[in-house]
Amino acid sequence: MIKAIIIDDEPLARLIVQEYLQSYKEITVVQECGDGFEGIKAIQQHHPELIFLDIQMPKINGFEMLELVEEPPAVIFTTAFDEYAIRAFENHAVDYLLKPFNKQRFDKAVRKWLDQYTAAQAAAQTQGAANSQPITTSPESGLSPIAGDPSGETTVSSGNKTRELLETAAHSPSQQQRVVVKTGGKIKIIPVDDIHYLEASDDYVKIHTHNGAFLKNKTMNYFEQVLDASQFVRTHRSYILNVQQVTRIDPYEKDSHLCILQSGASVPVSKSGYVKLKAVLGL
Amino acid sequence: MQRRSDSERLSKEAELFKLRQQLAPHFLFNSLNSISALITSHPEQARKMIQQLSDFLRGNVRKEEQQSVLLAEELQYLQLYLEIEKVRFGHRLSTDIHHDEASLNMKLPPMLLQPIVENAIKFGLYDTTDTVTITIEARSENNYVVISVQNPFDPETSRPKQGTGFGLSSIQRRLYLLFARGDLFETRVEGHLFTTIVKIPQTTHNTSI
Repeated sequence: MIKAIIIDDEPLARLIVQEYLQSYKEITVVQECGDGFEGIKAIQQHHPELIFLDIQMPKINGFEMLELVEEPPAVIFTTAFDEYAIRAFENHAVDYLLKPFNKQRFDKAVRKWLDQYTAAQAAAQTQGAANSQPITTSPESGLSPIAGDPSGETTVSSGNKTRELLETAAHSPSQQQRVVVKTGGKIKIIPVDDIHYLEASDDYVKIHTHNGAFLKNKTMNYFEQVLDASQFVRTHRSYILNVQQVTRIDPYEKDSHLCILQSGASVPVSKSGYVKLKAVLGL
Repeated sequence: MQRRSDSERLSKEAELFKLRQQLAPHFLFNSLNSISALITSHPEQARKMIQQLSDFLRGNVRKEEQQSVLLAEELQYLQLYLEIEKVRFGHRLSTDIHHDEASLNMKLPPMLLQPIVENAIKFGLYDTTDTVTITIEARSENNYVVISVQNPFDPETSRPKQGTGFGLSSIQRRLYLLFARGDLFETRVEGHLFTTIVKIPQTTHNTSI
């Protein structure tokens, strides 16, 4: 049995996916979700092979939801007109269905994914116990062939493709307004204005805010690209700061400086970081 | 001199025309998707929704040419829009509309309210997973019709800014072009409520609207 979950805030939009899936005996919809929070819970509980995901949803959007899922399943996006999203899809092997979509187009997406899924399953079986890697996270599992499809009608994702897609989607303006993190079992939405500074911390980035610090599984380069460059400056290899929080810049040893923030925290500023900081502050 | 004022008038009209082109593609495509879902399970409802959507679109086209409409008409048009949105969002969306008698015969530029309400719905519905009530209130005040549209939001995660979003900034610009005044549009944040307020002056000869 293949488990699927439908995540969309409009009940009728979920209904039509349900209806179209009736002809697939091998696919069972284990749950329907009306928002991303429910979606995360349902994915953790059921570990579905496939999800149908809307993008514009309450609280957290579809991309933000996927970011918070540790091993994202294959995704078929269902969305109304959304220019930037389509741009993101074009570069990645994830399928998307533009609402309203007919059964034919739906079948094309699902069959394509089914073919790949079945092939990957068979490959995993022949490899046998020698390779116990889960299929969805293996880059050579045969799940990524049609990325260069010239028709632009791209295909369903493996976990890797989903992650790549997220990197691209994060560059959209709507994502720069806030950062979504998971803390304990809860999801927290941090408006970027609440961020004091970011600090590299092994494989994570530590986000220091009004309400404490949060870890996010991303790189400093990622945040440097995503955050508004007129507000956030990479002052140091391991630090990005919110210039609105700066109260003082003190000289430190040799060519470096220290930025003192409203919270009292001090953030290192390297020689080149100082040049960038001065430019943004107009000094 | 005459030529210059002509060209200024033309560019103002062109800008006003563009500002009226509000219909969000999201609304249209999602509505069509709802209809598509209803066709097999609830054909009667599907037909009803097609009718509503058609009436809404027709109103949109017809009103393009008009200079001003009565609030009573505008509220009817809004009702059409809200009924479609309620089919899409189900029980999550409810609305509360109040108006005094005098305001119903007051005039306002066509299609001014729908984008404001659309903004409130988007803002309200996408900021919470609970049910949302949008409150719309119209009253006559001296020589003005004053309309407020209110939606809840979560102050923890959203930062409404004055006139944010294409919807609201274009309303503000429209009012400025029509009345040459910047004080007819206002947004307020009180606790977890966001309110948009527009005031439309009632001139004796209403040609300027």
